[in-house]
Amino acid sequence: MGRTVKLTVNGQEVSREVEPRLLLVHFIREDLNLTGTHIGCDTTSCGACTINMDGKAVKSCTIFAVQADGRSIETIEGMAQNGLHPLQEGFWEKHGLQCGYCTPGMIMCANAFLKENPQPTEEEIRWAISGNLCRCTGYVKIVEAIQYAANKIQAQAAQPSETKEVVA
Amino acid sequence: MIPGKFEYFAPSSVKEAIGLLDRYGEDAKILAGGQSLIPAMRFRLAQPEILVDINRIEGLDYIRELDDYLAIGAMTREASLEKSALISQRYPLLADTAKVIADPLVRNMATVGGNLAHADPANDHPATMLAYDATLVAEGPDGDTIIGIDDFFLGLFETSLAKDQILKEIRLPKPGPGSGGAYLKIERKVGDYAVVGVAIQLTVENGTVTAARIGLTNVAGAPMRAKNAEAALIGNAPTGDILEKAGQAAAAECEPWSDLRGSEEYKRDMVRIVTKRAIRKAVERVGA
Repeated sequence: MGRTVKLTVNGQEVSREVEPRLLLVHFIREDLNLTGTHIGCDTTSCGACTINMDGKAVKSCTIFAVQADGRSIETIEGMAQNGLHPLQEGFWEKHGLQCGYCTPGMIMCANAFLKENPQPTEEEIRWAISGNLCRCTGYVKIVEAIQYAANKIQAQAAQPSETKEVVA
Repeated sequence: MIPGKFEYFAPSSVKEAIGLLDRYGEDAKILAGGQSLIPAMRFRLAQPEILVDINRIEGLDYIRELDDYLAIGAMTREASLEKSALISQRYPLLADTAKVIADPLVRNMATVGGNLAHADPANDHPATMLAYDATLVAEGPDGDTIIGIDDFFLGLFETSLAKDQILKEIRLPKPGPGSGGAYLKIERKVGDYAVVGVAIQLTVENGTVTAARIGLTNVAGAPMRAKNAEAALIGNAPTGDILEKAGQAAAAECEPWSDLRGSEEYKRDMVRIVTKRAIRKAVERVGA
């Protein structure tokens, strides 16, 4: 019944035996104990389970773990490197969350999006996150958080040597 | 929600996949993008015993314009259609459609072939491919079969594909002079199925509509063409009166039902209005 899957998760190789019907989100949360990836709706509607697979933002509740064999996935736990990722910082600075349940999915969606479109307009950001539902806010602060991150990433790219974090 | 148990195969060639379909028959189901099938399996609406994952087969994901037609590999993701400059410049009806299917995350996985082979009248590509007069290429144990789109949809979730055939390619006629198209969809929110959707592809020569095909989304038990609306358009100039006639014809010939997305009466009236708007948009694009 079991099938061995080998994949890269947040830069680390992992190998596990899984049942084919195991959904990727359950694999991430229960087999790997990475519970930052959330389950919101179970109906492919909300985007709380969004991860990046081979650089694309996808809903991990609508992929079987066996399909991720040989692929590289990134979850919210892989974002912070030497301090918060600019997206995480943006959600912090701009108050891009209230309850925080949708936040990991929002950040992973925005992460893939900003790599494709580093200087998006507000309209483009709203389009990009249209598969991620937030039930607390009106999305205004979430959009601002992503704009903050886009600007920060651009600034960092312009000055690659500057790695020091400034704590306000 | 956990799907039922199944045996999983990930063949690396179309031939190998056909062999599996041949061996397991009705028990087997093809897994393409999975964005309709996996939700159905979670709800246990679908409980296939065998899943044949065709995502590992190389060479089914492409968009190529050839001499006579546009060829789209069945495993082409919706996001690729949405981002293709060729599609947005020359196939506006398809570009419109790809942008409103589900949501951006789903479009990174969902495939055009899966959208068609699933044959859900609530899906958006069936109407669009009916309007384009698309041709489908399916491979089975005896080789390739060419299927005209008018012969493809048999009913709800039912196509003319045999159990051991795999949809490989979708072919669209290249846009000729005077052609234009559009897809318009009313949806309650991003990611929802259409309340109603209208796809139109037409040709205008010297101010007269010389060809038109109209497909409707989610207003009948199977994907359908609005043939009376087409007839109302063809041979006429696309004036306000003619558009109204075509809209009324489409509203009369569709077969919607009352549900959470609206009453039958409301849906018919939306078909009338959206048909008019879609024709107007397609005609505007003829000049562009």
